[in-house]
Amino acid sequence: MIKALKNPADLAKLKVSLLAERDPKRICISVCGGTGCRASESALLIEAMESEVAKQGLKGKVDVKATGCHGFCEHGPVVVVTPKEIFYERVKPSDAAEIVGETVIKNNILDRLLYADLMSGDKILSEGEIPFYKKQRRRILAQNRLIDPTRIGDYIALEGYGALVKALTQMTPEAVIEEVKKSGLRGRGGAGFPTGFKWEFCRRAKGDDKHIICNGDEGDPGAYMDRSVLEGNPHSVIEGMMIGAYAIGARRGFVYVRTEYPLAVGNLRIALDQARQRGILGKNILGSKFSFDIEIERGAGAFVCGEETGLIASVEGRKGEPRQRPPFPTSKGLWGKPTNINNVETWANIPLIVNRGASWYSKIGTEGSKGTKIFSLVGKVNNTGLVEVPMGATLREIVYDIGGGIKGGGDFKAIQTGGPSGGCIPRHLLDLPIDYESLSKAGSIMGSGGMIVMDDATCMVDVSKYFLNFLRDESCGRCLSCREGTARLYEIVERISEGKGSEGDLDLIEELAHVVKDASLCGLGQTAPNPVLSTLRYFRREYEAHIKDKRCPAGVCKALIQYVIDAEKCIGCLICLKQCPVQAVTGEIKKPHKIDSDKCIRCGVCVDVCKPKAVFVV
Amino acid sequence: MKQLRSPEPQQTPRGGVRLKIDGLDVTVDAGTSVLEAARFLGLEIPTLCHVDGLSAYGGCRLCVVEIGKGDKARLVSSCTYPAEDGLVARTNTKRVVRTRKMLIELLVSIAPSSKVIQDLAARFGVQKCRFKPKYEDCILCGLCVRMCQEQMMSGAIDFVGRGQKRRITTPFDKKSELCRTCGGCMYICPVCTLRCQGPSAPTDVCGSCVCMEPTCIEKFDDYMCYLGPTGVCGTCVSEGKKVEGSGGDKELCHTANTTQQRQP
Repeated sequence: MIKALKNPADLAKLKVSLLAERDPKRICISVCGGTGCRASESALLIEAMESEVAKQGLKGKVDVKATGCHGFCEHGPVVVVTPKEIFYERVKPSDAAEIVGETVIKNNILDRLLYADLMSGDKILSEGEIPFYKKQRRRILAQNRLIDPTRIGDYIALEGYGALVKALTQMTPEAVIEEVKKSGLRGRGGAGFPTGFKWEFCRRAKGDDKHIICNGDEGDPGAYMDRSVLEGNPHSVIEGMMIGAYAIGARRGFVYVRTEYPLAVGNLRIALDQARQRGILGKNILGSKFSFDIEIERGAGAFVCGEETGLIASVEGRKGEPRQRPPFPTSKGLWGKPTNINNVETWANIPLIVNRGASWYSKIGTEGSKGTKIFSLVGKVNNTGLVEVPMGATLREIVYDIGGGIKGGGDFKAIQTGGPSGGCIPRHLLDLPIDYESLSKAGSIMGSGGMIVMDDATCMVDVSKYFLNFLRDESCGRCLSCREGTARLYEIVERISEGKGSEGDLDLIEELAHVVKDASLCGLGQTAPNPVLSTLRYFRREYEAHIKDKRCPAGVCKALIQYVIDAEKCIGCLICLKQCPVQAVTGEIKKPHKIDSDKCIRCGVCVDVCKPKAVFVV
Repeated sequence: MKQLRSPEPQQTPRGGVRLKIDGLDVTVDAGTSVLEAARFLGLEIPTLCHVDGLSAYGGCRLCVVEIGKGDKARLVSSCTYPAEDGLVARTNTKRVVRTRKMLIELLVSIAPSSKVIQDLAARFGVQKCRFKPKYEDCILCGLCVRMCQEQMMSGAIDFVGRGQKRRITTPFDKKSELCRTCGGCMYICPVCTLRCQGPSAPTDVCGSCVCMEPTCIEKFDDYMCYLGPTGVCGTCVSEGKKVEGSGGDKELCHTANTTQQRQP
């Protein structure tokens, strides 16, 4: 039976006893258990590690820990052997025996599993020395690799719930709000509204029954920051929400999280149960007058439910459709009661601010944007993964220093920030320091922090077509401007990509896009034209090439390209002929082949299978 | 236009708010929308999905007005935006006019056969439609949904789906037990003269219109048409009847009118 903590002293005692149990010299094998690594069999690896430890007679002497996401997803599954901090990448279940036998028992380092520097090829021993981690400033993600998210003890041992105790015992709710205001923290969900002010509005709103919500409806394709925080360190979000509830005067909290994140939902549920058992959640928390509990609300994955009024409608059990603001949720939100909504990452920042103080927090960042921001770096970049950098870091630092440059040796073309409603930032703005204002000036948005790197094999018309297609399906459909506007924008861009565009199309796109931006009710519609407007702004020539020359410069748009075989390079191996699904390739063995352009469906399989690289796109 | 100006109150009355629309001061009760305040002043703001007596929906966006100044100026739908103290709204700025015209153009492209929409286009100077016409009847303005829910106290129809898949139908596309076939949805619809009664393929010809024999009197012992002269709505006529030569044996079929309108 787990004893509930009755007062702050109990928590301190628990922490001391937890720390006493832990020998810093004891060997611990931490295996990343985030979704990214689980996709490359880390769950099997954890099992293999545990059985190997038992087999080699180390049970009780060596720990195996399944932690949250380490962020270096490209090189997963990731294993860290402490206290020596040996970092192994791309570990397979079959490597478990060797790691336990060699590294743990004999203290030998397995060279083949170490990270090799991209440029020099030198092997790097520990996480901190790898450029991907070295250049980051990890505040929120720092604890992910140290904590088993299913054990509250791990969090408590690392000062967990210390900020809550500080807030409950030493600070008035007003002082907490003042501290958050001073820290300069702005909403990490995308709009960047100052968090402290939002809290103040909600605290001042009339009514005793107030709610807080954690927005975990992360819908951007390719973004998974919030998921990793919820999966890897759910207690930091819970603690942040509790401090927020104390400051605002709320009694009930909700975490709105997508059903597509089963691990996040599972870990969060375990964390909530454990916090309740420990008396950290519930009535009269730690002996104070403050009572608060959190429920999980699972979303069905509609992008528009990330908009706060849409989210509220969804929690209430109605159709997820945004509504007119004012009234703002802080005065009239969930079930008509004052409601404060913050994003997962915002909540995870709160314990840090309360623990270390606003002045510590605001030391890093730019003038208008303080603290760090997590980005999910994906696309044509060598080191995909989660990166946490101070506000004001440049795109070049993120793409080249941390991301390790462009994959496959191509040239950087653009970076798409802010998810589907963000924009594409071109090469000449690589030195742009990232904060809310600079991104918006460049025609993009911070969004929740997705970053998609594109190389020169990317067609910008195709990119904007992709995002418009996403948005026309994800628009709730209420506003004519958004529903019909995005559909018509898609129609025009599709026409251009098929080589059927006409001279007036670009003007029509601009005219319509501005109307969609202006006339729509919620953030989705107001930012929906960003992908097409930003690509048009920076890559207008590419659009013009599609319209005037009927040519796709990147060789992507199927209607405008042809696959041709270079007769000099072709060795007549028949491979492409056999692989072609529509028998468009003709030829005999050891004689150059030909592609019948009329039959060809431009699937590109011939390019992929050709060893002498004789197939090319014109 | 001086006579339109509402009398300057000495002070804002209790629960009232003062705002400025197109340079004119107006004091209204709290909870009034900007649209209502503007109409009180006699200013013309076009609407399509707004009808007095039904809740504001803000779907067609035709009623946009510009609020705020400088960089912070933005467009809001006046039917849903509440009048606030000190609010400055303008109903005919360049931005509003441009937006409104484009919205009407979009409406024309969805339902070119609607008289209401064609009239709007004529009134606000939309002379061309640069998008491929769709010849769809429903513009998803939601008037029928609100009519059914709020005035007819039924709630038989609602939106389903989102984005391009959004449409209006009965629960699970089955005949609704709540529907009294009152015809309120058709009465309010700005697009079709006779609105389809149920989901069936748009190419279906049910032929029910040629058989104008009300069946509701048999079924309910009363005419069930509440909104027009009895029997004219025509929806009830197909109730439970098979029309020969229609090729369909559905219990409920929709009017042929929708099919006729579809032709360009």
